[in-house]
Amino acid sequence: MREHLILRVITKFLIPFILLFGLYVQFHGDYGPGGGFQAGVIIGAGCILYGLVFGLETLRRAIPPGIVQGLVAIGLTIYAGTGFITVLMGGHFLDYARLAHDTQHGHHYGILIVELGVGITVSAVMLTIFYGFAGRGEENAGG
Amino acid sequence: MEQVVHVALLALLVATALLIVRMRSILAVVMLSGIYSFVMAIIFLVLDAVDVAFTEAAVGAGITTVLGLMALSLTEDREKIPVHRPILPLAVVSITGALLLYAVTDMPAIGDPDAPVHGHVAPRYIKETPHAIGIPNIVTSVLADYRGYDTLGEVGVIFTAGVGIMLLLGRRSRRREEEGDK
Repeated sequence: MREHLILRVITKFLIPFILLFGLYVQFHGDYGPGGGFQAGVIIGAGCILYGLVFGLETLRRAIPPGIVQGLVAIGLTIYAGTGFITVLMGGHFLDYARLAHDTQHGHHYGILIVELGVGITVSAVMLTIFYGFAGRGEENAGG
Repeated sequence: MEQVVHVALLALLVATALLIVRMRSILAVVMLSGIYSFVMAIIFLVLDAVDVAFTEAAVGAGITTVLGLMALSLTEDREKIPVHRPILPLAVVSITGALLLYAVTDMPAIGDPDAPVHGHVAPRYIKETPHAIGIPNIVTSVLADYRGYDTLGEVGVIFTAGVGIMLLLGRRSRRREEEGDK
């Protein structure tokens, strides 16, 4: 898409705002609408937009597929790990009240951590799907 | 006023759906299904389900459209004209649609506080959230806290989908790379 100057300039301008909005939805989910899943798809869509306009290779260099594959598992591990940590601290599985001395704070921390795990897995899976499809197209174009 | 907005949006949705059925160009169908998702996102917004609207706009209108276009670049644009007559599918769809419309008359109105779904655990969540969990967004407290097990399962489903895609689409290119190395 080297010839589409307007598209490139506008995309470059928009992507920071998309990612910032994704982070806002992620970490403000307990006050406003949103949460990990919504943030994950927004950040994933932002990265895919970057890959569409600036080329798959550029996106691969910015976010290597190996790291994305790792993040798919890390997000789920954060979520399930929170559950096991609360068990180790003497509570039930995912009993956030154990995470801090104050019950309310514990719940708050628990929700934040768990939502972070959801966000990481969702955005990584979205990118994985994109890499899978895009790599396929490249292959056919090459062979 | 709200009624007018609802009717207009739903009419747009039906028009898009009919166009999708009529179109033979798959490129146009992919673009139209993006529009369908976007109208759906606006409907969710009107119904005050902002977080669902986020997801619908990003996944339905954005990512799915991109994936559809990418899949399309691997195949051809024209849909084959079906050889069989669509009478049996039409009958099945019509009967199912009629039954669903009949069932709608039994459904409680949107936002009815006496609806059965609002009488189960929801009142407890709404009453307890402010002092037990202390966050203003009850939706988040239900999803991440009260229903934490369910959400963990959902993340597991998304994880499985990601791994499936990796195995299905990622493997072949690696084999080709190896062949290239030889």
